[in-house]
Parts: sequence; C-alpha cells; structure tokens
Amino acid sequence: MRGKGWWLVACAVLGVLMALLGLALGSVAVPVGDLWEALNGKGHGAAVVIVRHIRLPGVITAAAAGAGLAAAGLLMQTVFHNPLAGPGVLGISGGASLGVALVMLARPLWATLPWPVELLVAAAALAGAFAVLLLIMAADRRVGDPVALLILGLMVGYLCTALVGVLQAAGEANALKGFVLWGLGSFAGMELHRLAWIVVPVIIGLAGALVLVKPMNTLLLGDETARSMGVDVPRVRRTAIAITGLLAGVITAFCGPVAFLGLAVPHVARALLRSADHRLLMPGTILLGAVVALACDLIVRLAPNGTSLPLNAVTSLMGAPVVLWVLLSGRKWNRR
Amino acid sequence: MEQAMTAGHGTLEARNLAVGHGTRALLRQVNLLVRPGGLTALLGPNGVGKSTLLRTLAGLLPPMAGQVLADGRNMHAMTAAERARHIAVVLTGRPPVGMLDVETLVGLGRQPWTDRWGRRRAADRQAVERALERAGAEALRHRLLDTCSDGECQKALIARALAQDTPVLLLDEPTAFLDLPNRAAIVRMLRDVARKEGKAVLFSTHDLQIALDLCDRLVLLRAGADPWQGAPGEAMASGRLAEVFEGSGVVIDPRSGTHRFVP
Repeated sequence: MRGKGWWLVACAVLGVLMALLGLALGSVAVPVGDLWEALNGKGHGAAVVIVRHIRLPGVITAAAAGAGLAAAGLLMQTVFHNPLAGPGVLGISGGASLGVALVMLARPLWATLPWPVELLVAAAALAGAFAVLLLIMAADRRVGDPVALLILGLMVGYLCTALVGVLQAAGEANALKGFVLWGLGSFAGMELHRLAWIVVPVIIGLAGALVLVKPMNTLLLGDETARSMGVDVPRVRRTAIAITGLLAGVITAFCGPVAFLGLAVPHVARALLRSADHRLLMPGTILLGAVVALACDLIVRLAPNGTSLPLNAVTSLMGAPVVLWVLLSGRKWNRR
Repeated sequence: MEQAMTAGHGTLEARNLAVGHGTRALLRQVNLLVRPGGLTALLGPNGVGKSTLLRTLAGLLPPMAGQVLADGRNMHAMTAAERARHIAVVLTGRPPVGMLDVETLVGLGRQPWTDRWGRRRAADRQAVERALERAGAEALRHRLLDTCSDGECQKALIARALAQDTPVLLLDEPTAFLDLPNRAAIVRMLRDVARKEGKAVLFSTHDLQIALDLCDRLVLLRAGADPWQGAPGEAMASGRLAEVFEGSGVVIDPRSGTHRFVP
C-alpha cells in the first residue's frame, strides 16, 4: 500500500487538469487565465455563458458520471467475483433504458402527472435498473456460475432492447428523436441549477462505496471465507447492489446508457495500482473514472468540423480493447 | 473419559451433532473434542461429510441437531463477529483473486479486530508479522497471489487464518494439489502452530500416511457409523483404521499403518 498512494494523487491532479481543459477547450477556446472570472460570472459575456452555463455543467456531469459508473463496475466485479461484470454487461443499463423509453416514448400515459419529465425519466431509469438488479441477484443465488450469470445479464439486456424497439415503433417522431439522441449518450445538456440531481445521488453512492471497502476486501477471498471472518455477506451484497442501482440508474437517466466505462475503468485502475485492495483500488477507480470520462468528453467535443461525436462510440472505442485485453491476458478469472 | 472433561480455553466440542444439507443428514451423533496444543486429522472417504462437518464446526452451516461448543459456549448462538474471534477457517481452492500481494492478503485476517476502515494498529501489524513467520511465508510477502505456486498460495492462506489470531483453526484439505514435500511441510507447520501457540488445529485430508506420522490425533469418519477419535497408534492397533477402508480394495497393515492396493 505504501508508495502507491502517489498514484491517487497523480490521478487527482490529472483529473483537475482534464477538467480545466474541458472548460477551456471547445469550438471557442477560452484562455485559462480568463476561466476563473468567467466561472464567477464576471468578464466577457460570451465567455461567461460558454464556460459557466455550458461547459461547467458538462465537466461536472462527466466527472460525476465517470466516477459513479467506475465505482459501480468495481462493486459488481467484486460482489459477483466476476471481472466481466459491469452496469452495461449485467443488463442494468438495459433496464434503465427500458424505464426511460417508457417515459419518453409512451408520454401520453404519463401526461396527466404533474412532475417535470426529467424527474419522471430519472425515476423510471432507477426503477428499471433496480428491477434488473433484483432479478440478477435472485438468479445469482440459483446459478452461482459467473459465465451463466453474464449470459443471463446479456439476455435480460436483449429483452429490454427488444421491448424498447417495440416502444420505438409505436412512439411519435419527436419523442423518438429525443430518445435516440439520449441513447447515444452525452454529458452535455444538464442545466447548472439542476446539476444537484445527478451530483447528490452520485456523491451518496460514492460515499457508500467507500464505506464498503473493508468488507469488499474480505469478499475477495470468497463468500464463505468472508463469512468465517465475521462479515455479513448477504448484507454487504445487498448494500453494494443498492449502491450500484442508484449510481447506474441516475447516471443512465441523465447521460444515457454510457458504455464500457463501468466495466473497463476498474481493470485499468487494478493494472496501474497492481492491487485488488479496495482501500486503494476504490478511490483509484473513482478518480480514474472521472479522468477517463472527462477525456472522452473532450474527444467528443473536439471532433473536427465543429461536429460532436456520439459519446458511446468514444467510450466503446476506448473500453472494448481493455476488455479484450482482460480476456486475452489469460488470467484464470473464473476459478472460484 | 475424554468426553466427560469440561471444555477449557481453546477447545472445540461437538455434542450429538448431526450435519448435512437441507433435510439429508450425512453424519449423525458426532461427538468430538478438539483440544488446544494438538493437531487433529479428519479422515474419511469422499462424500462421507468431511467438508460438511468442518463447515458446521466453523459455524458456516447450521447443525441439523446437537451443538458445537467453543470454550463451552454454543457457537451457533454467537454473533458472526464473536465467532470470527474464536475460529479461523481455510477452505479448499485458491481464492477468486489474483492481483493481491501476500502481505495484504494476510492482513485481511485482521478483519475481526480492526475498525470500520480496516486501519491497522501496531498489534495488528505484529500479528501479521507473526503469522507470516509461522507459516513460513515471509519471503512471499511482496508477491502477488497470481504468481504463487499452489504450495506458496496455501502457505499464504494459512498465514491469513493465523493472523485472525483465534484459538481454533480449521482447514479443509490443505494438502490437496500439493507435491509430497509440500504436503509434509504444510502439515509440520500446522503441528508446530498447534503445539507452540497452543491452538486447536483440525484439518481434513486424504493423506493417510501424513496423518499417521505427523498428527497427534485422528478422527475417522465412516458412512453409517459413529465417528471414532483417538491417537494414530490406537487407530492402527484397534483396527479402526482398517475398517474405514474395508471392501475398498485398499489394505492397511495394522502394525505400520502403510497401505497397499489390491491388484
């Protein structure tokens, strides 16, 4: 553990740098020297609008989403003893997508409700994420085999996608366009005064993930050994799964089903830190998740010709090779 | 005589214990007394219920009937945290993790003694050092579990259990998958731990010769019969050991305890 703490410091510094770049760079470059004034609402009017009202929410959303998804991925990988677990793979994002589709595409059903549509979307995404998580948890008790569980998660994901397809066929054009855009994933579009809707749940989730580091470490030795060490394994599992549902549900609601971040970041953090010790790995994963999400966001916004790339294309291009590397590096990962 | 003795510090006792999964009992009327300062081997054919008995003694499975007493207290009435300070367990197989160095792994054994964050005080660090030394795993301390051989991994896992600092230590087939020198080294180490630290150590095994030569006591399990407990010499002389292998095509020489296979 000694000496490796520097990795965390380096990661945090890198995160701040990426955030500054995220504020400064874009279709209009703002000099770093002017950032502080613009953030405080002073200085040149256009710079204030761009930095404070467009880029700042995007940067905060990206950092929160990246950190939250990465932490959720690490919790899933440890709880299911499965390096290929993650919010996307286990169908959790699929469940959240189905919830979102139900709200966005079947609007008439909800039109009478007085709440703003963003809240309905968030609630539906949470409900979808938790429904799939409960299903996965029940199935895990029955099948107990990591590969079978992954296939089950994929199947649940396909089922959700199929239902979403049916809803899309029935949805009207405008709603459909909105839903498709949501599905591409994006850290942009949160308004400054609504940032708390994503930031507060993510902070709660991350705090929960950090509180779990001690029992998570004992789970590394297998559930039975953890129990012999006095750990209430079912309770730890339930807590970890509730945290994952909260993080994945909220983030998916506001950013779309962001692919691969949750699955890939814990592996990179593990390889960099050369440790599965959660006291080190959990903060490392959280920081690295924020860094990677900020980097992806920059790539999205810095695409040539003023276009912006779909976020999911970028995260997949970065994440899929990591997963391939995990599979090909030949770790005997399914040995219980 | 023995059964009547009151349990003192560090004893593990089974009284009229029945163990099994669900409604099917594998073993009934198990009466055992594992005393501190000695190494006990649990012998019996596959499927007779060795692992199930060990898990029940460890408090990981509920007993179907009877009681397990640790220091005279009903273990299944203890909280999980209390139990973890009484009994440490090493189960079969490698843990499902690779990217963990041995020192950190052994440190996990301090789980029942540390605070919510797993912070280690001087006493915890000393316990880890002692456990590494006892298990002969000092040289492995910075190695990742991934890079350890089966023998090294077993030493690390035993050190993890020793760091838990419990009067009772239970191990499920700690010598499986090891070559002969490593098997002997592991069992000698367990015997030293039992004798020098006054722990009650019980392990299941299929290594008949190692159990006879290196252990202080044997527990013999046979399907449909009450378990027998006694010294290795007694097991041979009384013919109890031979009974376990009756009709299996393996013959035990009652004097030397050596076995040969019927062609």
